Amino acid sequence: MRKAFIQTLVSLAAEDPRIVLLTGDLGYTVIEPFVEKFPDRFFNVGVAEQNMTGIATGLAEAGFIPFIYSIATFASLRNYEFIRNGPILHRLPVRIVGVGEGFEYARAGFTHHAFEDLGVLRVQPGITIISPADFRQAQSSLNAAWNLPGPVYFRLGKDDRTEVPDLNGRFALGRTQLIGSGSDLLLVTMGSVTANVAKAARLLSAKGVEATIAVVSNFNPSPAEDLAALLASFPLVLTAEIHYTVGGLGSLVSEIIAEKGLASRLVRCGIKGMPDGLSGSLAYLYEKHGLSDKALAETALKELEYAADPK
Amino acid sequence: MTKLSDTKSPAHDRNGKKLTSLAIRRVILEQSKRAHEGHIGSNLSIADIVAALYGQVLRLPAQYEDRDRFVLSKGHAALALYSALFLKGILSEEQINSFCMDGSLLGVHPEHTLKGVDFSTGSLGHGLSIGAGAALAAKLQKSSRRVFVLLSDAECNEGSIWEAAMFAAHHRLSNLIAIVDANKQQALGYTDDILRLSPMIKLWQAHGWDAVEIDGHDVPALAGAMNKPAPQGSAPRVLIANTVFGKGVSYMEGKIKWHYWPMSDEEYRQALADIEVRS
Repeated sequence: MRKAFIQTLVSLAAEDPRIVLLTGDLGYTVIEPFVEKFPDRFFNVGVAEQNMTGIATGLAEAGFIPFIYSIATFASLRNYEFIRNGPILHRLPVRIVGVGEGFEYARAGFTHHAFEDLGVLRVQPGITIISPADFRQAQSSLNAAWNLPGPVYFRLGKDDRTEVPDLNGRFALGRTQLIGSGSDLLLVTMGSVTANVAKAARLLSAKGVEATIAVVSNFNPSPAEDLAALLASFPLVLTAEIHYTVGGLGSLVSEIIAEKGLASRLVRCGIKGMPDGLSGSLAYLYEKHGLSDKALAETALKELEYAADPK
Repeated sequence: MTKLSDTKSPAHDRNGKKLTSLAIRRVILEQSKRAHEGHIGSNLSIADIVAALYGQVLRLPAQYEDRDRFVLSKGHAALALYSALFLKGILSEEQINSFCMDGSLLGVHPEHTLKGVDFSTGSLGHGLSIGAGAALAAKLQKSSRRVFVLLSDAECNEGSIWEAAMFAAHHRLSNLIAIVDANKQQALGYTDDILRLSPMIKLWQAHGWDAVEIDGHDVPALAGAMNKPAPQGSAPRVLIANTVFGKGVSYMEGKIKWHYWPMSDEEYRQALADIEVRS
């Protein structure tokens, strides 16, 4: 997604001189197209994410649209208070680009795994949060949100090849995008795990279980209305995210179910607690945390069985 | 994005008041007493710096794009800023008298939603980064506006200050002027006892700044140093302004207690009398 994102940013920057790009010394083999085209509008601030966020605040107040780029943990956690007291408090158009969803920097380990970025930013009013499902949504969401008046957080996956079937890059702020129309189960998903969810839906279909997939790609504006309407039709809903099950998509769906008084039972798939430090490939981590296509399908089947015969 | 009315006029009269450090100190004391608030010593130590800035330095034309920016990074001294804005006619008497009252925009720390405040501050270590960004913006826009950031010395405990210092020096942000209110005190003690930063000037020089020490209570000298032309591409400048914490009030000067403490009636009377002769 990150390369597609930068390509789109280059096109936007060619049209709008307010766009500048700052990095905290990351983005090798990704950001070069921007750097080559706009060397005077690119600043590597060094390994200093707090400062990068403060600089972006000063730039935005003067009329620029600064994009600040780093690995998701460093882009959202190290500088969290600078985001809060800067672009959020001042309502400025700073764009925070956090790369690496959840455990995508697999073997790099816990310090590079963003498990709570969506949660900590979702509680802040006034910041739009975007987590595309694939590279095409990374492009469409950037095209939709680059010129918003307030701050935006983009959580970008590293995969620039996988395309979620039938999503076709559809994106609208505050809306969910549907794939399929099964009535047995609702799968609510966010980010690059959506590709696994789509595969899981096919595995389920082969076993006679038809699911609807609701792709949530942004918080603030909240997709609550779309989700509430959907949730009302499903007794069982699974959420999938490469994030702690607290604070992100699963929490959002819980809030909607509770506030609307809906009867859906919710199963939250994601990172359920403090990781144990065991390292491995991305595939290993998807499996370990129950987010592979097979693991998601198994969870769905188990929960459907439970729903049919709760003991 | 115009936030201010035309404030070009050099006359600082408002209701018979002039923008002097003494007048600023008087408003600080009046409002601190009325609101029963602390941070009096921190406000008094920057009264002369703020008098220089708002009396002789900041260019605040109606056109927002051309206005100098000011970041009060030591946001806990917002009352000194409000006092200057009041004496300059940017805040009304009614507004200054609302300091710390229910429903007032004039809290202990400044909010950008108040006319005349460019940036909300209060969390120490934030302001120099913002100032560096504002200065970079001016440079990119080929604007002659300058950016002033007022820091406390203890604020330089924050690592983010040095991130911003390195960036500003590397990018030769000659339009950025930092002022360190070196009153040598912080909330729980003297800076040299808590986390030694002296000699402060060497820290800034090591980070590539044009650093000078100055008497932080000498308004003409402060104004002169702030207004000193900076050739394009020269290093950013920092004034290490040696100040006395609680300056002007005999029993507050150099006393840790007056970081947080509010005044009694007797102390208030004494303070008002003191500033007439000591500042």
